[in-house]
Amino acid sequence: MPDKRLLILAAVALAVAAAFMTVGLRGNIGFALELRAVRLLTLIQVGVAIAISTVVFQTVTANRVLTPQIMGLDALYLFGQMALVLTLGSVGYVALDPRLKFAGESVLMMAMALMLFLPMLRRRFDIGLLLLTGVVLGVLFRSLAMLVARVIDPNEFAVVQGSSFADFNTVRPDLVAIGLVVTIVAGAIIWRLRHMLDIVALGADSATGLGVDWTRALAGLLLLVAALVAVSTALVGPVTFFGLLVVALAERIIDSRRHRLLLPAAMLTAIIVLLGGQMVLQHMLGGAATLGVVIEFVGGLVFLAMLITTSKR
Amino acid sequence: MIEIKNISLRLGDTQILEDVSLTMPKGGLTALVGPNGAGKSSLLSLIARLQPLQSGSISVDGLPVDTTPSRRLAKTLAILRQDPAVASRLKVRELVGFGRFPHQRGRIDDNDLRLIEAALQQFGLTDLADRFLDHLSGGQRQRAMVAMAFCQGTDYMLLDEPLNNLDMLFARQLMRDLRAAADKDKRTVIVVLHDINHAAVYADRIVAMKAGRIVADGAPAEVLQPDVLAQVFGYDMDVIDVGGAPLVLHHR
Repeated sequence: MPDKRLLILAAVALAVAAAFMTVGLRGNIGFALELRAVRLLTLIQVGVAIAISTVVFQTVTANRVLTPQIMGLDALYLFGQMALVLTLGSVGYVALDPRLKFAGESVLMMAMALMLFLPMLRRRFDIGLLLLTGVVLGVLFRSLAMLVARVIDPNEFAVVQGSSFADFNTVRPDLVAIGLVVTIVAGAIIWRLRHMLDIVALGADSATGLGVDWTRALAGLLLLVAALVAVSTALVGPVTFFGLLVVALAERIIDSRRHRLLLPAAMLTAIIVLLGGQMVLQHMLGGAATLGVVIEFVGGLVFLAMLITTSKR
Repeated sequence: MIEIKNISLRLGDTQILEDVSLTMPKGGLTALVGPNGAGKSSLLSLIARLQPLQSGSISVDGLPVDTTPSRRLAKTLAILRQDPAVASRLKVRELVGFGRFPHQRGRIDDNDLRLIEAALQQFGLTDLADRFLDHLSGGQRQRAMVAMAFCQGTDYMLLDEPLNNLDMLFARQLMRDLRAAADKDKRTVIVVLHDINHAAVYADRIVAMKAGRIVADGAPAEVLQPDVLAQVFGYDMDVIDVGGAPLVLHHR
């Protein structure tokens, strides 16, 4: 019964969240709780945004070893950020309202994602070409961002450097609210489209035959993915393999690719892994390693394992 | 009625279809035959709006295929492509159920469940209903795809080489099912066939294509003549009469 598995996942996620809020509380309880609540919200929405965007991206590309980040979507976001610093200067950049900045960067990124990926996805590329294009685009945007970093003042560079590495510890209270809105709205739209996503997974021809307007559906889904990637990148920085890890895990757990099961399962798995991982590192290992590094390491291993098993088949 | 007027299709430097016009009245089973690269599949995918029209016009039941909303057309027209890519981790019953998507947008009711079970039964898939598609043989998967197209319940069905991978038993069964769909349910069936003898027995009309043009069009007895066949396929073959139906000895 897959529904039972979802319930178990939900129960585990709740338990982990409760433990995250309460384990090792000391000192000013009220203050600590408030701090933890903001971090909890951050981690949950980052997990949800990455999980959902990865599921949708994999469905659209008909490819289970892809994440939007492997295709360089987050590099696109960082490049936008660098370009903004270059044009405004660090003083102007810091002076900008972070929410306005976030909105500007997101819109820029969504427009560029649509321009770059829609023509490619309309005729489904085979996996090799798709991966190659993504990696090349990712390198291109990272290099462009590096170039901009070299051109700008070292002080200005310090401002943006912080946002180009995955960081699950720094909390951005200024962006939590707007991120929450974007995640909830995009998540709700995707949930309403869950049946259509099952059809989209069949490919362009079958989906068109069953009454899906392929180009429109693709453009809409790509915009949603871009918005969600913008949220997670703005909040914790680029994470390449986390989505792959949780979606692969969720798929194993519920043994289905149907979106009404996979979407919630991936969401819950992401929450469990993020909160649980953060707790283990913080309380048991005394913050010896950063969660970002651990997750990317495990996720990278999963990515390699999936590449090897799929090429064997 | 399907009305095809003066359509041409060019992909790169290759002329795939050249000024094809064809009218198919409602009802009956039409077989499209011809050598590889004749443009049969392209014609089918243009009718089913899987490719954009370059010139000319196509309408199905009065609905122009290039401007009618895709969802509206999906209630009138079902298409089965040759070698469709199949999503993994999908059960046979789920795939067949997708045929109901144009009508329900995912909300399956009792009537849909009945239709799904009937389609599973009809194509001998009841025992395989809960198996994953990637664990099936090519022929079984083909049957599941055909069952999905049937389940869509449209007045018009276009099938591109549905006999691919099917053994003799299921190939004959599928042709009989298509015949029954045309006779009993008054559906209009257009099917691309390579086995010309299936066309001879089951089709009302055979349209023969070569190099992007229609070269012969008529009842099986009219089209399956040695001179016409030699013109279409490029070699001589004997045609004998078996119980009133022509039998083409194309393999000798």
